[in-house]
Amino acid sequence: MVTTYAVARVARGNRLSPARVGAVINRNVGALRSGPAYWLVLASGFFEPVLYLLSIGVGVGALVGDLTLNNGEVLPYANFVAPAMLAVSAMSGALAETTFNFFFKFKYVKTYDAMLATPLRPMEIATGELTWAMIRGSLYTGAFLIVMVALGLTTPGWALLAFPATWLVGLAFGAVGMAVSTFIRGWQDFDLISTGQFALFLFSGTFSPVQDYPLPVEILIAITPLYHAVELIRGITTGMLTWSMLGNVAYLLVMLAVGLYVASRRLTSVLCR
Amino acid sequence: MDGTFAVFNRALVSYRRLWQASVFSSFILPVLFVLSIGIGVGGYISGVDGVSYLDWIVPGVLASTAFQMAVGESTFPILGDFKWTRGFHAMRATPVRIGDMIGGYQLYIMFRVIIASVVFLGVSAVFGAIHSPWVVLTPFVCALLGVAVSAPTSAFAATIENDSYFALLFRFLVIPSTLFAGVFFPVSQLPELLRPLAYASPLWHAVELCRAATLGVAPPWPVAAHVAYLLAWAGLGYLLALRAFRRRLSD
Repeated sequence: MVTTYAVARVARGNRLSPARVGAVINRNVGALRSGPAYWLVLASGFFEPVLYLLSIGVGVGALVGDLTLNNGEVLPYANFVAPAMLAVSAMSGALAETTFNFFFKFKYVKTYDAMLATPLRPMEIATGELTWAMIRGSLYTGAFLIVMVALGLTTPGWALLAFPATWLVGLAFGAVGMAVSTFIRGWQDFDLISTGQFALFLFSGTFSPVQDYPLPVEILIAITPLYHAVELIRGITTGMLTWSMLGNVAYLLVMLAVGLYVASRRLTSVLCR
Repeated sequence: MDGTFAVFNRALVSYRRLWQASVFSSFILPVLFVLSIGIGVGGYISGVDGVSYLDWIVPGVLASTAFQMAVGESTFPILGDFKWTRGFHAMRATPVRIGDMIGGYQLYIMFRVIIASVVFLGVSAVFGAIHSPWVVLTPFVCALLGVAVSAPTSAFAATIENDSYFALLFRFLVIPSTLFAGVFFPVSQLPELLRPLAYASPLWHAVELCRAATLGVAPPWPVAAHVAYLLAWAGLGYLLALRAFRRRLSD
């Protein structure tokens, strides 16, 4: 008996088990289905960015007309705003799952304590939760890209390339969100998170080009994460690819790596005391 | 009346402990909105209805802040006082009547909305977006809007068990109203079929009244019609809330 146990431990090694990660994802599917009107809740996550696109992109866009970018390109305003809404959607989809929902399970329902009583390990929990956030997020971003193509705001080809870019955005924000969640003290802190998120939403070159701001503000914005997500996705959906987009990708990759590292470290130290 | 003021007072006491959390959402966010959309995007807009985009959007953001605050304050706090803290059940054990519970809470909503409006108007004045002495009426318009949406929302909060419905309320009613009720662009730009939806929203009426007051122009409908529509929402909402509270507290 002792030997089989020891063998089992060695076999578990340090690799992630897809079956165990899958179990974490499956739990989320079950939990979602147990709520009221879950199709509505699921669908509503898609409506929000589309409504913003119609209101600001199309409605305010009719007032703005065309936008002349500083590289001389002229772009209808809706084409300028739509990729930013897509980036925001990828960000907030991932964050909703890895901050609010994650914290609820972590602190209140003690879901993760329960999971650790099974063969699951913290890294597998973190990976499972992040994968789930990505699955849910890609449903939204995928649907949003279809809307963009239907409205003529991008071409099907660029949309296909933008889709994996939204995963990168979701993964980067999801990982950082999870890391932050392990430090959250109570619900009041979510006010700070949502305010921060909203400020990013308004000032990351989403609604007007960052070059409009005074230089110090522009530099400040270039440090914040959503700016890089918007630049990357806007570059792709408008077909204006530049080398600087590699910098945006690198920024998001670093976010992902740091976020995952901190999240699994913190989960291990808080849960496995 | 004593009961109503007792409920109002209770809400104020708990607000005194929690007000810092609302500073961001009530004061800082609308200012950020005006900066980003009014000034940022407004830089690309030559004007709307003959005024600058910033001047045009400020009264809209003012009313929509009141709208979101009033709905938000009537969701979790109301459900919470039934379900988690059982504050209403506690009140039921005192001489406070059900009408007092609703009335007192509506006084609190008016108080919150008026304070937020006055602060926001101060900031708007700094940006030069106030053009008429009629502006002094806007906090009262916002307070009326607050009750017009808070009363029915309280009724809704009193009838549900699961707070997931609030997410649906926000996504399918509050956010669409905010985006399409003439806050960011004129309702006349909407397709003709959709315009009645905007007119049906209490927010549109408050936006037009506030805009008329800050710009010193006449609103699209007679003032009395806009006000009567908001009063109808408030009155009907109050009756619905009475019924919902009575049912929930009779268990």
